[in-house]
Amino acid sequence: MNIHEYQGKEILRSYGVAVPNGKVAYTVDEAVEAAEQLGSAVSVVKAQIHAGGRGKAGGVKVAKNIDEVRTYADEILGKTLVTHQTGPEGKEVKRLLIEEGCDIQKEYYVGLVLDRATSRVTMMASEEGGTEIEEVAEKTPEKIFKEVIDPVTGLLPYQARRLAFNINIPAEYLSKAVKFMMGLYQVFVEKDCSIAEINPLVTTGDGDVLALDAKLNFDDNALFRQKDIVEYRDLDEEDEKEIEASKYDLSYIALDGNIGCMVNGAGLAMATMDIIKHYNGDPANFLDVGGGATAEKVTEAFKIILSDDNVKGIFVNIFGGIMKCDVIAEGVVQATKEVGLTIPLVVRLEGTNVDAGKKILAESGLNITPAESMADGAEKIVALVNEA
Amino acid sequence: MSVFVNKDTKVLVQGITGSTALFHTKQMLEYGTKIVGGVTPKKGGTEVEGVPVFNTVSDAVNETGANASVIYVPAPFAADAIMEAVDAELDLVICITEHIPVMDMVKVKRYMEGKKTRLVGPNCPGVITPEECKIGIMPGYIHKKGHIGVVSRSGTLTYEAVHQLSENGFGQSTAVGIGGDPVNGTDFIDALKAFNEDPETEAVMMIGEIGGTAEEEAAEWVKANMTKPVVGFIGGATAPPGKRMGHAGAIISGGKGTAEEKIKTMNACGIQVAETPSVMGETLINVLKEKGLHDKCKTH
Repeated sequence: MNIHEYQGKEILRSYGVAVPNGKVAYTVDEAVEAAEQLGSAVSVVKAQIHAGGRGKAGGVKVAKNIDEVRTYADEILGKTLVTHQTGPEGKEVKRLLIEEGCDIQKEYYVGLVLDRATSRVTMMASEEGGTEIEEVAEKTPEKIFKEVIDPVTGLLPYQARRLAFNINIPAEYLSKAVKFMMGLYQVFVEKDCSIAEINPLVTTGDGDVLALDAKLNFDDNALFRQKDIVEYRDLDEEDEKEIEASKYDLSYIALDGNIGCMVNGAGLAMATMDIIKHYNGDPANFLDVGGGATAEKVTEAFKIILSDDNVKGIFVNIFGGIMKCDVIAEGVVQATKEVGLTIPLVVRLEGTNVDAGKKILAESGLNITPAESMADGAEKIVALVNEA
Repeated sequence: MSVFVNKDTKVLVQGITGSTALFHTKQMLEYGTKIVGGVTPKKGGTEVEGVPVFNTVSDAVNETGANASVIYVPAPFAADAIMEAVDAELDLVICITEHIPVMDMVKVKRYMEGKKTRLVGPNCPGVITPEECKIGIMPGYIHKKGHIGVVSRSGTLTYEAVHQLSENGFGQSTAVGIGGDPVNGTDFIDALKAFNEDPETEAVMMIGEIGGTAEEEAAEWVKANMTKPVVGFIGGATAPPGKRMGHAGAIISGGKGTAEEKIKTMNACGIQVAETPSVMGETLINVLKEKGLHDKCKTH
């Protein structure tokens, strides 16, 4: 799960990790009021969307007085920002962060991620702040320093010091930098983050070490114990069909094509997309109905696929293990009866209770094209969609 | 012979009284798996499907002599269940449960350091040695006894591969589902090592997917150590970057973990990669022919 920068900074602040003073604003008037309350000589007006690259897209402006705050807030609110992370359609700005400006001495990068190779959380730091870390890793990998963290001890002060020295943070900022890193690690583990990225981390003329930006992502599997994080969810930032799917514990990702897919298992769902593409078709979505799906869940999955106007045909590809084929078949029949089906439907069933499943489909009287294998099914649905 | 499990494996079912666990306990018993006990706290002393239930794993081990367990415990409690099984010194723990928080698994991996237990999973279909022992949730009937080892990050894609092999007359020595999570127990290299040493296994099918670099590391290991042919498939060639494709571990981030990259490395290390998921079996069979192993591996 993603949250906004201002929300991430709220969390950091509550852990004693230093961030500039700031306030969220939903309207121009709120933005002006926030700037007045902050009372700083310079304030920064920052678009709040779940995507990076806001600065380059014109979503971050430095205001030298209240009039400028009003001008910039008016300009950015409601604007659709297109960045390298939003896709060409961009994202509309509905919230702003009004923050006090600070006297930046130098920009750094500090981030925490899970290192899959060691199964441990790793802190990365670089003196190339403000640049994307992937770019730094590509061009100057020697400028990235890492500390692998033992979950028993957590990040140790000497590790934080070593990072600070390695990225050449001046000695007078050392204790604040160490405190910052220790706090950031605490947030990462206690809040079940999947990514915590501070880019840039800055040293200021006032002697502070601050998070100028904050990107926190959270492990969806841990949200059951992070109720306060769930409160931060902003549905405006998510795809409607993905929201609907998540209500039924369906794993759904919207894509650009016209062939709807309903599959059990993430691996098979990915492979189904791949094989549709192989036969020159275009998948409209990734949809894993999971292992414990009921007929009702399958019905909902079907409705979600059909709610996408781009979908011109559906391919159901099931290899039952924990999932039983008769349950899938019942769901498909129920859904088509409820919502009506005017587009081609190809169904491939294999695995647990396959005969019962095939029987339900055959006796339903519905116009379903059966497939013998996933290649057969993919070929058939692509042909049917092209004919239509 | 086989790897990890065989007809003598004595299995405990942790969380046995849950509905999914009950369904699959029944299926495993029907397959012939030696289920010797179950564990559900506070249900000790009862019996389900003719299997005695215990309060703790150590009680169950003491009473039954079990050497393996399979976990169906809900995600919030699954990490604890794994550690309880490790503490009871079982040889093998297979965790089926999906959606375990990553930080829990980081803790589990740390806890397991220096301990004897092998963990398979989590978020996996389990391990099956056809006609001997099925531990997990895979449909038993698609598997046939034979000489092909299968190791995979995906459950249903494993079924797909096994089905293609069995239909063409190529049985399997053991099929191992290592699971789709970013932090797991047994990895590709562990499974490949075991298959390399197993006299019954003649060739291996390795099924990976986008995310991480486990396939690349395994490919390098194969190049350096493997004496048996390995054929592969990578799911997710058409997956968009930055999106988690169902499995917690299946994500292309920062341009890393793409199918293209993995396939390139695997090819460079002598692993033939099936072009589509529907020719996984065919690709392996062609390699068997090339290596003169076709007749030896054709089991039915």
